[in-house]
Amino acid sequence: MSWPPARRPGAQRPEREYEKVAAPKRGRSASAQSKPGRSLALILIAIVALTGGMFLSGHTTPRLGIDLAGGTSITLEAKADQGSAINKANMDTAVDIMNRRVNGLGVSEAEVQTQGDKNIIVNIPKGTNSKEARDQVGTTAKLYFRPVLAQDATGPAAPSASPSPSASGSSSASPSPSASKSGASGEKATSSSPSASATTQGRAVTDALKADASPSASASASSSPSPSASSSSAAGNTADAKLQAQYAALDCSKKAARTKAGEGVKPEDATVGCGEMGGVWYKYLLGPAEVAGTEVDKAQAVYNTQTAAGWQVTMDFNKSGSKKFADITAKLAQNTQPLNEFGIVLDGEVVSSPTVNETISGGQAQISGSFTQEEAQSLANMLSYGALPLSFQEQSVTTVTAALGTDQLHAGLLAGAIGLALVVLYLVFYYRGLSVVAMASLLVSGILTYVIMALLGPAIGFALNLPAVCGAIVAIGITADSFIVYFERIRDEIREGRSLRPAVERAWPRARRTILVSDFVSFLAAAVLFIVTVGKVQGFAFTLGLTTVLDVVVVFFFTKPLMTLLARRKFFASGNKWSGLDPQSLGAKPPLRRTRRPAAPVETKEA
Amino acid sequence: MSKLGNLGARLHRGEISYDFIGHRKLWYGISILITITAIVGLAVRGLNMGIDFQGGAVFTTEKTSVSVSQAETYAEDASGHTAVVQKLGNGTLRIQIAGMDTTQSDEIKNKLAEDFKVDPEKIAADLVGPSWGDQIANKAWQGLAIFMVLVVIYLAIAFEWRMAIAALVALIHDITITVGIYALVGFEVTPGTVIGLLTILGYSLYDTVVVFDSLKEQTKDITKQTRWTYSDVANRSINGTLVRSINTTVVALLPVAGLLFIGGGFLGAGTLNDISLSLFVGLAAGAYSSIFIATPLVADLKEREPQMKALRKRVLAKRAQAAAEEELAEARGTASDGSEEATPAVVGPRATRRRPSGKRR
Repeated sequence: MSWPPARRPGAQRPEREYEKVAAPKRGRSASAQSKPGRSLALILIAIVALTGGMFLSGHTTPRLGIDLAGGTSITLEAKADQGSAINKANMDTAVDIMNRRVNGLGVSEAEVQTQGDKNIIVNIPKGTNSKEARDQVGTTAKLYFRPVLAQDATGPAAPSASPSPSASGSSSASPSPSASKSGASGEKATSSSPSASATTQGRAVTDALKADASPSASASASSSPSPSASSSSAAGNTADAKLQAQYAALDCSKKAARTKAGEGVKPEDATVGCGEMGGVWYKYLLGPAEVAGTEVDKAQAVYNTQTAAGWQVTMDFNKSGSKKFADITAKLAQNTQPLNEFGIVLDGEVVSSPTVNETISGGQAQISGSFTQEEAQSLANMLSYGALPLSFQEQSVTTVTAALGTDQLHAGLLAGAIGLALVVLYLVFYYRGLSVVAMASLLVSGILTYVIMALLGPAIGFALNLPAVCGAIVAIGITADSFIVYFERIRDEIREGRSLRPAVERAWPRARRTILVSDFVSFLAAAVLFIVTVGKVQGFAFTLGLTTVLDVVVVFFFTKPLMTLLARRKFFASGNKWSGLDPQSLGAKPPLRRTRRPAAPVETKEA
Repeated sequence: MSKLGNLGARLHRGEISYDFIGHRKLWYGISILITITAIVGLAVRGLNMGIDFQGGAVFTTEKTSVSVSQAETYAEDASGHTAVVQKLGNGTLRIQIAGMDTTQSDEIKNKLAEDFKVDPEKIAADLVGPSWGDQIANKAWQGLAIFMVLVVIYLAIAFEWRMAIAALVALIHDITITVGIYALVGFEVTPGTVIGLLTILGYSLYDTVVVFDSLKEQTKDITKQTRWTYSDVANRSINGTLVRSINTTVVALLPVAGLLFIGGGFLGAGTLNDISLSLFVGLAAGAYSSIFIATPLVADLKEREPQMKALRKRVLAKRAQAAAEEELAEARGTASDGSEEATPAVVGPRATRRRPSGKRR
């Protein structure tokens, strides 16, 4: 729309002797890239830098999609039948939870992402049991309330950032400042009570649980004793030896160990689990599930204005839940730290472990602590919907065996090679020497595309799938077309009787405009498709858009400067028969008419 | 090259040209005929929607010795639905079962694995719920609509609204033809087909835009001369970009042909084949429409402008006058220059090459 683009200030004019003849009326950028070498150097440096980056990052091949690498891809569609709307927040929560679940299967690299506004794609690489994966994803509630039998910090030291006072400013008692023993706490050394980290960022921990009914409740001001020095002993007789050993060995600071912990445990069995609080991973020894997530009617994040306790989460239990909850809180309230806590366990991970200060009957409870609004809401979400805020329906499940994936990849590459070879043959046949320029440009374009794809893998999770390969192959045509537009313009100029160097310069502004206009249309199509569509279409649109942009880059910074340089070579400038620019075979007319025409006074308007 | 290069040169000089605009009624007629056939085909035969649009499963086995008919029996026994089995180029079987519920798929897969005596994990499966295809199709329609609106706006700004409309008509024309061919031949419609179809959007316009670009450039000062009507110039710009159009189409079709060959010949079926087939058809239609439909349509629309009408009148009057003068001159046996507005050029064919306002291209 605003072509030609701004002129380069330092642009020198091309040879002028021919310009006088039939200069275009409208001012055009002289466009001479006075320093073609500079552009070439620029793009070469860019290529080298990108390639270097690719090798440095260690991702020398593009990440392959499921259909090329093998694996299972599941597309789920959200259904708004749980009373919650399909919005970004809910979708994000769902993705988060599914991610935890599929990666809990022990596969790394499984990826879960939203697509469009109501789809979630789960990609699981080969080597995983696809059936198990399908069972794991998309099922709802897997949330349990389990009594805490023992609790310890693991991994790196508890935040040295001092013991903080109770999290909630209210009377609701949180344990006294924890006596975190030392920085270099080993597995069992520290019994840093959760309150230690209440002020550090991350999920708030010091969740004191108290009856909802007592806003100012004095009852809750129970003075919980200071944390026991070595909590592991506290578990004592409650858990059997095997579990004890498992617990002792558990190191929650390791991701693999975390996902392994509590895997496949039945609700009625005791288990171990991990939970992150204030940036520190704690391990838990947990009793059998007492209340299931399905027994929570609803949970809400509310801001407590009365006691200035900040954000809290209130829970309403259903009938059976109320009773069970009353029973367990009655039991727990009599215990001492940490046995008076219970863990809210979501898919094996302890998301919160509030202390219980009193029996909570009546089916209403609230969890307070120094929550941020976001934390409170996310906890409330997990509580009310078990795990997933939305229910999901399988839309498509694609399982590709590794063999089929390899076949498809080979077929795609072969098709690309054949397509490329055909295009090159045609270009050589038609453009002779000029095709060298086209081939070099295609090569540059190809390298750039490959390197960028490889880099985009780790950067934005781009995965090359079959439609994307198709897009790249189709793009060969679009890229080659830009050269054709330019070459035809140059030939037209030669037919007008110009010699090569001015022809190259004069053809450029016009070719450039055409290339930009048409590439814009192509890019627009790709962008619209990418934004609007789902599934395979998106991968295709992405490559098409990428290659269109690269096409412009290559034509501007490579093809044109290269052409300018080559125009100075005798082979091309003299119009060698094999150069593809032979004025005779192009049917150029003799430059005779120049003498007959009055020199147009338009030259001043130029540039 | 010399033949083609020569052709290019002669087209460039206007020594040979085809009167695309003059014959436009013929081409409109042909296009209308094809479009009607396509629509009738679509209405009567409908599209052969693939598994993705009905829900069902596609299983792909490893290379196997089980025969097609045997596999069909196995699949029907296992699923209770009719199965379509294809043997692919590389010896694998592709088993399609429509209308099946995705929840039974694991059972069926295991049964099939038993029948074929292979590991269930070695069977690739593609399970699709009944509404997935609809979602893809809906999104595609949505994308199509948005794209059309944007592109019309863009073309109206970059060029002018007449060209935008002509481009849009050409685009709809291409898509109708492609869809019609799918209906008539009975090719299976898959998400891959939809991708191909959507790519045509960009491509068809890409080609059209290049022709329009040259048209715009050549007609910039058209009202300042009285030699050519808009249609004449339009015709010349089609002829001028003809070589490029041919080259572009060939270069675009070659990789797609490669895809089609490999997709169809080597893999037998699948995404590659589906995308390239619809692309191939659409690209061919796109090249045709940008030359035979879009530009003549612009010329038609332009000729309705009062300015252009006036120009046409002037040009015709001038030509009549020139003809008369020439006759007169011949009759008198003296040489006459004929026209005074441009410098008389060399005699012969060059005069016919003269561009509007004495400017080249």
